[in-house]
Amino acid sequence: MGNENTASASIGRALALFRTMCLIREFEERCAEEKARGTVPGLVHQSTGQEAVPTGICAHLRREDYLFSNHRGHGHAIAKGADPAAMMKEIFGRQGGTCGGKGGSMHIADFSVGMLGANGILADGLTMAVGAAQAVSLKGENRLVCCFVGDGTTNRGPFFEALNWAQVFRLPVLFACEDNTYASTTRTDEVFAGPGVVARVASFGIEAASVDGNDLGAVDAAAGRLIAQIRSGGGPRFLHARTYRIRGHISSDPLNYRRAGETETHMATEPIARYQKWLIENGASETDCSAIRAEARALIERAVAESMAAPFPDTNTAWTDVQDIGGPQWNG
Amino acid sequence: MERVSYAEAVRRGLAEEMRRDPLVWALGEDLSRAHGSTSSTQYCGLIDEFGPKRVVDTPISESTIMGAAVGAALAGTRPVAELRNVDFGLCAIDELVNQAAKIRYMFGGQARVPLVTRQGLGLKRSLGSQHTQSNEVWFVHTPGLVVVAPATPGDGRGLLKASIRCDDPVVFLEHKELWATEGDVDFSDDGIVPLGRARTVTSGTDLTLVVWSRMAIVAEHAATQLSALGVSAEVIDLRTLWPWDREAVFRSVRKTGRLLVAQESVLVGGFANEVAAEVSERLHNTLVAPVRRLGAPRIPMPYSPPLEDECRIECRHVVEAALSLVQNDRSRKETT
Repeated sequence: MGNENTASASIGRALALFRTMCLIREFEERCAEEKARGTVPGLVHQSTGQEAVPTGICAHLRREDYLFSNHRGHGHAIAKGADPAAMMKEIFGRQGGTCGGKGGSMHIADFSVGMLGANGILADGLTMAVGAAQAVSLKGENRLVCCFVGDGTTNRGPFFEALNWAQVFRLPVLFACEDNTYASTTRTDEVFAGPGVVARVASFGIEAASVDGNDLGAVDAAAGRLIAQIRSGGGPRFLHARTYRIRGHISSDPLNYRRAGETETHMATEPIARYQKWLIENGASETDCSAIRAEARALIERAVAESMAAPFPDTNTAWTDVQDIGGPQWNG
Repeated sequence: MERVSYAEAVRRGLAEEMRRDPLVWALGEDLSRAHGSTSSTQYCGLIDEFGPKRVVDTPISESTIMGAAVGAALAGTRPVAELRNVDFGLCAIDELVNQAAKIRYMFGGQARVPLVTRQGLGLKRSLGSQHTQSNEVWFVHTPGLVVVAPATPGDGRGLLKASIRCDDPVVFLEHKELWATEGDVDFSDDGIVPLGRARTVTSGTDLTLVVWSRMAIVAEHAATQLSALGVSAEVIDLRTLWPWDREAVFRSVRKTGRLLVAQESVLVGGFANEVAAEVSERLHNTLVAPVRRLGAPRIPMPYSPPLEDECRIECRHVVEAALSLVQNDRSRKETT
């Protein structure tokens, strides 16, 4: 964990990153509990165990930077600054949700913090990210675009199109691949030809880094370096973060395709306990860390309570925001 | 007034919008050198005036042409995504249907997607099955999209301008046989044609003939022939398919009591059915004859000219259908 020494020089900053990881963990685990209790109507794709990736990357993004996410996007949204209570209400399908209850977990978006949407279709985020970057360039703005993808997405056609496009037009995009080992319930290495995703990306001439995605310090350092290169006009970059999806594809996934003991083995390297150990070795106290965990738990507990108490949306809102002309009330 | 081709009128409409609004830009294959398509002049000269950041030659990457347009629209610009053919547009149907059409709604109104996608529609001689489709109804079926299919140079220019100014995604369908057709266009005004309004091509009293895109030209010829046979047809060019101008169609059918809808596309599941169903349901008591529909058989378009002609709706079909509609009406009147 050598990188952590240089990347997390300030213990205050390190504790703030730790807090973000704890918030994501609590959010994911409580969502799944509520889903199991029957209070959440839709699907929940948890990112438990992957918290270090969005935390380390979004630490280098500014509010005005754009982020495109995917179906496993709760962590991306929280790390970009979206309000967990509004996100939870969205997942409960209630008033006050980020999308007024029209989107749900797979379509959480918060444009006020540059979070331009989770997505239920793999690889579409990459194509939208390169277009957003072209718009930024056309408008002469100083924004960076970050797009999160999973390892499964690296087998879709638009993944290749968008990488080529980003490099042809030298666009300010960071592609962040959270390689959590599984594409839905299939091990990605069983359906992936060639020497690896970094080699695929390098074939476009895009500089890529591969890091231990469960090591927050390593993600933080690599993201900081790549994002600085993008901001100074270097064109697109790719960060491959190797991590592990502790939970199933969706929260009700029985994980019967995994080897006995596989999940438990990976629990030993999950990022939060690892980072806490490092924090304590580097000057933080056990009490600091426990307090942060307790605070995160309380914050998410409040979000759940507020969501349960919030009313469902007015059914009239089902009819709004389809389109200005030719919407559902259209009558010739 | 100037006499110009459809392709030229639309080209100038785009240039006018790009001059008016610096956030309007175009992306697609071959825009700067071959001007959008090897057989047209839709983007001719735009690269010189607006530069390569606003007239962007892209790789052959349809998914990303559409996806990039969606992202660029979310980031505050007004992209025009050129797909050349609806057949190629199918490679980008995911980005159009799953993203562009739904983002405003599923994000609870936080964002709009003001993009226009231009796609060449329909038959041109012997282009075979994969360059000739008319799948306009696919788009009509998708909530969130506006669907436009103009038939004349003036409507092409005016509706493209209205489409670019629209805050929702617009599918702008240009029939390939129309690009070379000519018409008089007044470039001295802004020429905006409002979305959702039909055009009465010819007035008549015996039957209403509803059409769009190239079929408007066919129907105009048919009306002339019908007139010589003593039948007065009112031809209504819908121009916009979603939302379509129901009031204009209803008004006409209330006058004529008869409706024929003619489309180039496959009849099964086609847009003609929507028009026919609406009129049948709402104007049942006004109709003096059953509604008639004309459309292509459910066959992939063949290559050889005689085979292609077998599947194509032409003027004579429209005339025959109109005549049978009027005759059917007479027999029905006698029995009621």
